[in-house]
Amino acid sequence: MITRYLAALALASVGGGAAGPPHRPPAAAGTISGKVTYTGTLPKLRPIDMSKEPNCVTQHPTPVMTQDAVTGPANSVRYVVVYIAAGDQGAPPATDTVRYDQKGCLYIPHVATMQVHQPLEIFNDDPHSHNIHPLARVNAEWNKSQPKGAPPIRTSWDQPEFIAVKCNVHPWMHGYFVVLATPHSAVTDSTGSFTLTGLPPGTYTVTAWHERFGTKSQEVTIAGSETKTVNFVLTARPY
Amino acid sequence: MRPQTRWMWLVTACGAVLLLGGAATAPAQETHVGSLTGHAASGKPLYTRYCAGCHGDDGDAQGENAQWIDPKPRDFTMATFKCRSTPSGSLPTDQDLFNSLERGFVTTNMPSWVALTPQNRIDLVSYIKTFSPRWRKAQAGKPIAIPPEPAPTIQSILHGRELFQRMECWKCHGPAGHGDGPSAHDLTDNKDNPIRPYDFQTGSRFMCGTTNEDLYRIFMTGLDGSPMPSFDDQLKPAEAWDLVHFLRTFQPLQTRESVIWRTWFSTHGRELKPIGPEGGGGGQ
Repeated sequence: MITRYLAALALASVGGGAAGPPHRPPAAAGTISGKVTYTGTLPKLRPIDMSKEPNCVTQHPTPVMTQDAVTGPANSVRYVVVYIAAGDQGAPPATDTVRYDQKGCLYIPHVATMQVHQPLEIFNDDPHSHNIHPLARVNAEWNKSQPKGAPPIRTSWDQPEFIAVKCNVHPWMHGYFVVLATPHSAVTDSTGSFTLTGLPPGTYTVTAWHERFGTKSQEVTIAGSETKTVNFVLTARPY
Repeated sequence: MRPQTRWMWLVTACGAVLLLGGAATAPAQETHVGSLTGHAASGKPLYTRYCAGCHGDDGDAQGENAQWIDPKPRDFTMATFKCRSTPSGSLPTDQDLFNSLERGFVTTNMPSWVALTPQNRIDLVSYIKTFSPRWRKAQAGKPIAIPPEPAPTIQSILHGRELFQRMECWKCHGPAGHGDGPSAHDLTDNKDNPIRPYDFQTGSRFMCGTTNEDLYRIFMTGLDGSPMPSFDDQLKPAEAWDLVHFLRTFQPLQTRESVIWRTWFSTHGRELKPIGPEGGGGGQ
């Protein structure tokens, strides 16, 4: 219990580090970009049965596949969060708002990254009700109803955490709020590509996280305004 | 062993004070309800005797009986509680926890602990608050305001029925409050354990009390950790009271609401559109 508490303290101090003195953009800023691919056996993707919600069936002419292991050409993996896990030199707190939508009984985007205390707005674009239930463990878990036409839910998170999000009424809806202490993060696109920009010279731990394939980390040193390529290979598990 | 324990508490207490910005607060292990003051140290032996069998020695819901119990015992290390007077996502008040111990949960295996003395119960509340660091980092939420209940009328009940349709309560609780809506069968709680929505037609007490005010509080604050969301962002107080009045008509009980409803329904029932996917709620 004490250990967990001290860990929370450490996390809090990391989060607090972002809110330091006004940040000046570095003279030379580097970039890390690359691709995330997988080896191993993929889980079988299944079409989502939305028949309980006729509105959502009509919004998808072809059935939507489950989104927990979305892959693309050349074994690329989508929805991998790549972020600076260590070596960050502080940054101004993010003030732009992260938008998260519930549309067609899906979360868009499936994975959203945000900074600690960054404003988050959750919209219901469907002609029916959703309940949005972030299963936070470090932060406070909550569960709110959002009927059709209800205004967006405005919130933010106090601690870094990977928070699974679900809708209890539509149990196939799964998403993630990835709350990070760092401003440097990206989610891989349909070709598995990512780019982290604006990195001052220094040595960084770059971590790739996927909801099913786990995490991998690499050390990268940025010397000046250079672009380094970092690729990750995650191990896919069938279940 | 003892000096070590004392040292750990000291570190924790210092940390809590730092996190609260040095604000003068009561020690986290002390709780207050009315004129009672609870102490975690006094609650510990009581907890070991009465609670650990299900909730586990470490408060992690891993007691030896837990495997036989459904719904599962509360995991105090998560500090997520269903019956609260405070908004979703906030900690309950000491009074909320005290009330839960006194009342028990009719829908679960948790019995009423009214046989213990009030002092025992407040000591237990103090002790269960030692299992999660959240109690040292955050304070209890502010209880939601509940205006006085207006007298039930047929207009209020019909408006409540419309809200039951529009808020889509029926998707889990079913068109007749039987707990058999289309989403009822694959509901899971925050630990992915299956869970059933409340069946109003059992005529039993509600999970968090028996009164109309308790019912108001249940859906406005939500039952955190369960699929039941909070509605206090969506319903105005007058609407919430209308919904309370309608929900009371589901129960096979002689309530003020059910008398009004049955009298009206016997002559106007056919005018109603049924609740459900095509439903229209109100009397038109």
